[in-house]
Amino acid sequence: MNTKPPVPEAPGSAGGPAAPLLEVRNLYVEYLTPRGPAQAVHNVSFSIGRGQVFGLAGESGCGKSTIAHSILRVLRPPAVITGGQIRVDGADVLKMQDAELEDFRWRKVAMVFQSAMNSLNPVITVGEQIDDVLIRHNRLSPAQARERSAELLKIVGIESARLKSFPHQMSGGMRQRVVIAIALALNPALLIMDEPTTALDVVVQKDILRQIQQLKAALGFSILFITHDVSLMVEFSDNMAVMYAGEVVEMAPAREIFSNPIHPYTRGLLSSFPSLQGRRRKLTGIPGSPPDLVNPPSGCKFHPRCTRCTRLETEAAPQLTEVTAGHWVAYHDGLRLTEAAA
Amino acid sequence: MRYILRRLGFYLAALAVAITINFFLPRLLPGDPAAVILGTSAAKLTPENLRAVREALGLSDAPLIQQYGLYLAHLFRGDFGISYTYFPTPVTKVIANGFVWTLLLGSVSLVLSFALGNLIGIYGSWRRGGLVDTVFPPLLIFIGSFPAFFLALGLLYAFGVKLDWLPISHAYNNRLPQGFNLPFLLSVLEHMVLPATTSVLLGIGGWALGMRNVMVSVLADDYVTMAEAKGLKQIRIMFVYAARNALLPGVTGFGIALGAILSGQVLIETVFSYPGLGFLLINSVNGRDYPLMQGLFMMITIGILAANFLVDILYTWLDPRVRTG
Repeated sequence: MNTKPPVPEAPGSAGGPAAPLLEVRNLYVEYLTPRGPAQAVHNVSFSIGRGQVFGLAGESGCGKSTIAHSILRVLRPPAVITGGQIRVDGADVLKMQDAELEDFRWRKVAMVFQSAMNSLNPVITVGEQIDDVLIRHNRLSPAQARERSAELLKIVGIESARLKSFPHQMSGGMRQRVVIAIALALNPALLIMDEPTTALDVVVQKDILRQIQQLKAALGFSILFITHDVSLMVEFSDNMAVMYAGEVVEMAPAREIFSNPIHPYTRGLLSSFPSLQGRRRKLTGIPGSPPDLVNPPSGCKFHPRCTRCTRLETEAAPQLTEVTAGHWVAYHDGLRLTEAAA
Repeated sequence: MRYILRRLGFYLAALAVAITINFFLPRLLPGDPAAVILGTSAAKLTPENLRAVREALGLSDAPLIQQYGLYLAHLFRGDFGISYTYFPTPVTKVIANGFVWTLLLGSVSLVLSFALGNLIGIYGSWRRGGLVDTVFPPLLIFIGSFPAFFLALGLLYAFGVKLDWLPISHAYNNRLPQGFNLPFLLSVLEHMVLPATTSVLLGIGGWALGMRNVMVSVLADDYVTMAEAKGLKQIRIMFVYAARNALLPGVTGFGIALGAILSGQVLIETVFSYPGLGFLLINSVNGRDYPLMQGLFMMITIGILAANFLVDILYTWLDPRVRTG
């Protein structure tokens, strides 16, 4: 399966003053389907520095959530991690034993799930769902935990009387805040947000993201921000990667991707969303649909949908290459661009 | 609370309808019960004989509405008349006696099969594709699909006759003084083993398979994944997050099974001559014991309604979403 050589060092993974908080290296995840293994994540590498926001963009099914689940190791069969390394604060997550893993989860890395609407247990109160994580990890007594839970709810702007509410008695935005309160309960170093606001309306969405930014400034955690809404991501992230069919096709500082996208897929993605600020422009979108991951296309996986592809793309898969400082792209033309510049 | 009161109102209405049907149904049947009864015992009967029997049975030529009033009055006094087959014991006394045994056997075996079946389902789905998951549900479904009387006779023959480990009939040792003394209670337990095992074997597969299938879908829910990501102990995720939610459909099934206890063990009670309601029902049918039959049907109806009401209460406790509904 490892036909591609490992990707060169991801930005920030070496040479920096401190080791990055999260380091994902050459990650491979497969879904074992009856038709054969589907390559959901294929040789993905990236890293997140302390206090940084890293965005993962791409359309549904490109492997964003699979990566998020891999970091906490909560992938469900038939998904299996077949290769690579995940390091959080130096610790090798994929080598952890059960007990070590249980302690690691939520203390180091917490996660706001894709549908926060469904990530609360409907039959117990929200208070119990904050308490249990405190009791488990901080060995608090139920009374102490309840006190801390009330504080956490206050941090996200919910009155403590709501501890006794059940999830169905709350609005979508409120539930999302509760989930964020649970995520911050142990003061984690990394917060994964998997499409945290997709189910909410735009006003609540902005509100929650602003709140997260404030909390991040106060508490200093790093964020892995996953969404298909690129314009939102550009506003919110320091660095970002664009994924297509399980692979990173472009990775750079968010502003750089916004102002100077190289990969045709990134350009397509950027023109699929209206920007909130800036000039009015035509939305073009990307024709076609995502490829079959059991039998992916040869060469560049995007070539069947690409309008600018040459024969080279259909034959050889382009490698992720640094075209300008900190800007990585897997695109033959991009390489030629830099060669021309040199 | 308002929800509970509303449900209570519904069950009272259902009970009123059942009481009415229970009155009219036998009277809509062709033929004269008195003639049927006497017909089996005497070849020729005089009008006097017939009238005497009809009077004893409380049958009259009065208008139906008047009879209905009398029936209701008797009902509220708890008077179902005198049983023919157990003459001259009142029906209520016959039923009360059978009720105790049926309730004992039925509830013990239902609770056992529900608890064991659900545990197998929970554990099986947790280790999906593991040993417990691949062996138990199919095996138990296979055993459970035998006819009740066949399974009962098989156990009776193997453990009661061939091995002679356990008593083959009745609910207790007749020679012991009845009451709360150890030898008597032990004999009750001993007599219950075979019929209860039959009942458990018949029911457990369904519970296990049902629980397993609901669990499999609940385990894929986001809140279970989040519980796992929270680093909670497996046992808490398994029971508080997954099973607690997966149990909800099973509780409805439990209610139906609870209601069916009173009528559902006819075959098992007959095979083991266990003196419960099912055994009485067969006897009352064989003996054309109309008052006993009517009393039994009434009892079974009340049992089913009461069980459903109990489940409604249990549900509001298990699923907070119902409380506001």
